[in-house]
Amino acid sequence: MAQNDSTTGGVMLAADGTPLKKSLDRALRAQKIRALALIAPLLLFILVSFVFPIGEMLLRSVQNTVGTDYIPDVLPNVVVELEEWDPASGEAPPEAVYRAMAIDFSAAFDNKLHTQLGRRFNYETPGMSSLFRKSGRPVTKLDPESGNLKEAFLEIDKDWGRIDYWATIKANSGRYTINYFLAAFDAERTLDGIKLKDPDERVYQKLLLRTLGLSLVITLCTLALGYPVAWLLADLPARTSNLLLILVLLPFWTSLLVRTSAWKILLQEQGVINDIWIWLGFEDRLSLINNQLGVIIAMTHILLPFMVLPLYSVMKTIPPSYLRAAKSLGATNTVAFLRVYFPQTTPGIGAGGLLVFILAVGYFITPELVGGADGTFISNRIYYQFSASGNWGLAAALGTVMLVVVLMLYYIYDKLVGVDNVKLG
Amino acid sequence: MKLVKTLLATSAMTVAAGAAFAEGHGNMANEMTIVSWGGAYQMSQTKAYFEPYSAMNEGLTILTDESSGDAVTKLRAMSEAGNVTWDLVDAVASDAMRLCDEGLAMEIDHDAMLAPAPDGTPASEDFGDMIVSDCFIPQIVYSTTFGYRTDLLPSKPESVCAIFDTDAYPGKRSLEKRPIGNLEWALICDGVSIDDVYSTLETEEGVARAFAKLDTIKADTIWWSAGAETPQLLADGEAVLGSTYNGRLFSAIAEQGQPIGMLWDWQMLDLDGWIIPAGLPEDRLARVMDFVYYATDSQRLADQAKYISYGPARQSSAPLVGQHAELGIDMAPHMPLDPANSVNTFLFNYEWWANYRDDMDAKFQAWLLQ
Repeated sequence: MAQNDSTTGGVMLAADGTPLKKSLDRALRAQKIRALALIAPLLLFILVSFVFPIGEMLLRSVQNTVGTDYIPDVLPNVVVELEEWDPASGEAPPEAVYRAMAIDFSAAFDNKLHTQLGRRFNYETPGMSSLFRKSGRPVTKLDPESGNLKEAFLEIDKDWGRIDYWATIKANSGRYTINYFLAAFDAERTLDGIKLKDPDERVYQKLLLRTLGLSLVITLCTLALGYPVAWLLADLPARTSNLLLILVLLPFWTSLLVRTSAWKILLQEQGVINDIWIWLGFEDRLSLINNQLGVIIAMTHILLPFMVLPLYSVMKTIPPSYLRAAKSLGATNTVAFLRVYFPQTTPGIGAGGLLVFILAVGYFITPELVGGADGTFISNRIYYQFSASGNWGLAAALGTVMLVVVLMLYYIYDKLVGVDNVKLG
Repeated sequence: MKLVKTLLATSAMTVAAGAAFAEGHGNMANEMTIVSWGGAYQMSQTKAYFEPYSAMNEGLTILTDESSGDAVTKLRAMSEAGNVTWDLVDAVASDAMRLCDEGLAMEIDHDAMLAPAPDGTPASEDFGDMIVSDCFIPQIVYSTTFGYRTDLLPSKPESVCAIFDTDAYPGKRSLEKRPIGNLEWALICDGVSIDDVYSTLETEEGVARAFAKLDTIKADTIWWSAGAETPQLLADGEAVLGSTYNGRLFSAIAEQGQPIGMLWDWQMLDLDGWIIPAGLPEDRLARVMDFVYYATDSQRLADQAKYISYGPARQSSAPLVGQHAELGIDMAPHMPLDPANSVNTFLFNYEWWANYRDDMDAKFQAWLLQ
């Protein structure tokens, strides 16, 4: 409609006769495209190397696969036949299910998938791995047309009559599953529905809480230790503060493994600190490492620079005259600090706290090396599931839970403090 | 499906490659990436296999990687990405079985592809029971066993049950932070015969019994996750008794002269060997086959024992084991399978642990958290 220049007398026109609004839009669009083109390489890099792989990994937490095939594609006949069967009946499935299994199992055997199927089901019900492995060749020799396949299966291994095994297969008939997430919350499917696991098998809830709890303690420790250092750095003349800043950064340039091992040597029972303790006349050696205390000490040290640097850069921007003004107006040192200086440093505390906390939650190597029995983090279990057990689905589910929890904490932080109130400098 | 096709293609190629190296030629790649464990172990392979083989083959570059600990995960990822860059991978038997199951490792015809023993015994007989998987080329027998401080204990421990006897052997113990091995030792020392250990662990009471036994030393235990930790803890006097791989203890005792003794009682034996990733291109496969034929013959396996105290997996290699390359001591008495050392042993039960590892691990972790 704006096209109709002659009739729209009130519209401002650009030099070339088009309406000004449109011309402006066009110019801005060109500018936006140019800006987009400039960040395109980075955007593409992040998409390809970060968003896409992480998304794919997170998807694994719900995909019901063996290798790259979905379970219902590997056991198409079994899945259909099992629909009729009810595990609660207390009886093993009917002959038709065994016939379907004979057909699907042979095909899986040819594709080298039968042992993988066994491993996959074994995540949920121990014992199925060896059942599938043992049954490999014998099942392929069965004649799917014969009338008594159920007997033949039971002859290969009587475990083929176990109701809980068949229930596990039935529970995994879909292309997608919530079983990994159930496991991530220490729950499992039983014949009577979804239940929490036995107390002697519940680990992830405790580990999640411990990871968050210890990370919070570590964040508070870095704050308590880092705040005075940052203030000192911000207050000193540039020449001295630069030198001190280098001392803060120095550990940054040392390998993480070296720093962790150094703590082991310092803190162990026959270590330097305990030797001094004994030399001072104390009787008992202290347990400072291979427990939660060791994790807190080592990680506080390692993460300290991430707290000091944002604090320092924020404090640097606070003019010293503010404190002097407060005092000249009659405030005591404490009041001046609490009411004038401290509030101005909260953006730095927010930034440093978030940075340290989020880094700590995902820490792996330090808790593994100095954590002992009660100082491991959930990331250590994710590594186990990923590497030793090969249960990528559960690893992905645990990772997703961690991601969601951290995002939730970020959201709460935003509501309480406001993310705008975070400054890195 | 794709996997199967490549696998069939590989098998066909393997036969061809086998024939090719038998005639002493072939279109072989000039670069080979071998993956192993790093440290003293990989060094022993470099000395015994890689260096002599390179000397025989001018222009060949052997690249090495130290990722065997993540062999399964990494190979699976490479295979899914369709770009397998490894040519030969050193793997423990349980990993080899898993890789074989998943079609990620190539199946081996041991007699056709490997050298016979000097007396003509075919390779499959010479390796015997060590061939635990169709894809596995056995290399060494190693064990997880105990070392103790000779100067910090009141008496010399003779039985593995010393780990549970904190009265007679006070001090910290170091145990691996996983259920494998620890549960077996707990039950053996609680009076269960080795033949009944696994059937006992399949019952809830059995598991409870094993953990009850471990409870008695929980407060005295340091848990390790890297094999180098126990020798370090023993050397520092941080622990007085601890489990680790026998080669690590040998190196602490013989090469570094630490006051540590070997406790071979109820050592847990395990195997380590080569696997070849499935689906290698023809020239790379030909090179690997040529190398493997050389590196797993009786003499070469015996040569590796000059550098590290792991036993060769061939029967015919045992008499060829000589002296340590630098220290000049006889290596035979330091081998896990030496008759004096192997009075009580058990083999890592791959099948049982494949079934119950996740289950036991969850229980073990929950127990640690208590």
